[in-house]
Amino acid sequence: MSKSRKTAATRRQFLAVAGGVASSAFVSVRHASATPASMASAIRQVTGEAVVQPGKVQLDVPPLVENGNTVSLMVSVTSPMTTADYVKSIHIFNEKNPQPNVVAFHLGPRAGRAQVSTRIRLADTQTVVAIARMSDGSLWSAKADVIVTLAACVEDL
Amino acid sequence: MASALINVPKKAKFGDVIEIKTLISHIMETGFRHSTTGVPIPRDIITSFVCTYNNEEIFRAVLYPAIAANPFFIFTTIATESGTIEFTWQGDNGFLATASATITVE
Repeated sequence: MSKSRKTAATRRQFLAVAGGVASSAFVSVRHASATPASMASAIRQVTGEAVVQPGKVQLDVPPLVENGNTVSLMVSVTSPMTTADYVKSIHIFNEKNPQPNVVAFHLGPRAGRAQVSTRIRLADTQTVVAIARMSDGSLWSAKADVIVTLAACVEDL
Repeated sequence: MASALINVPKKAKFGDVIEIKTLISHIMETGFRHSTTGVPIPRDIITSFVCTYNNEEIFRAVLYPAIAANPFFIFTTIATESGTIEFTWQGDNGFLATASATITVE
């Protein structure tokens, strides 16, 4: 009887200690990261004061990823891709990595199709934004929410 | 030296949209990590990738630390003429790698 009570106490103690360790680990992992505000300023550096309209861009990212170290990303833009009307560039941004920029693609009418795939890193569950600049200067965007279970970028060795 | 894998169709019909795949081995160290002793690991990434088709630029990417290790890209171009498609990666610490492929357009 007394033995089982002792075991229960130890388990409680163990849980308390484990909980403390876990929460302190979370605190130590926390780093300065890009916030929605810094993402907004990174976007403004690309777009200037121009209006970004939603639409025309399709951003394809898996909604749930296990490993943030490699997340496949495909972005495509609805455009005829002729010399008169084409996609000039596509910029990808994120909210919560240490840096808001992910990648910038520069295309031209010779691309034939405005579609690019790559693999990115995501440090946290967050929103990824793609912005496309057309040859006429208009800007279009798309968003994708991603849930990340294993973070990338900031984990220590 | 870094090894690059590229995939360009050997033959294409004039005017076809062809898909180009590139992969290069690179650590893409973000510069946001610390070693076990707490020393920050300096950034070492590829910062730019350029693809030219008979010396005319057809695709360019600006890379940030958020690109996964071993940068991989799929993009497209229109097969306009036979010739060489060249790829150049540049990065931190004077990193420079090139690769090329030939294509026959019928």
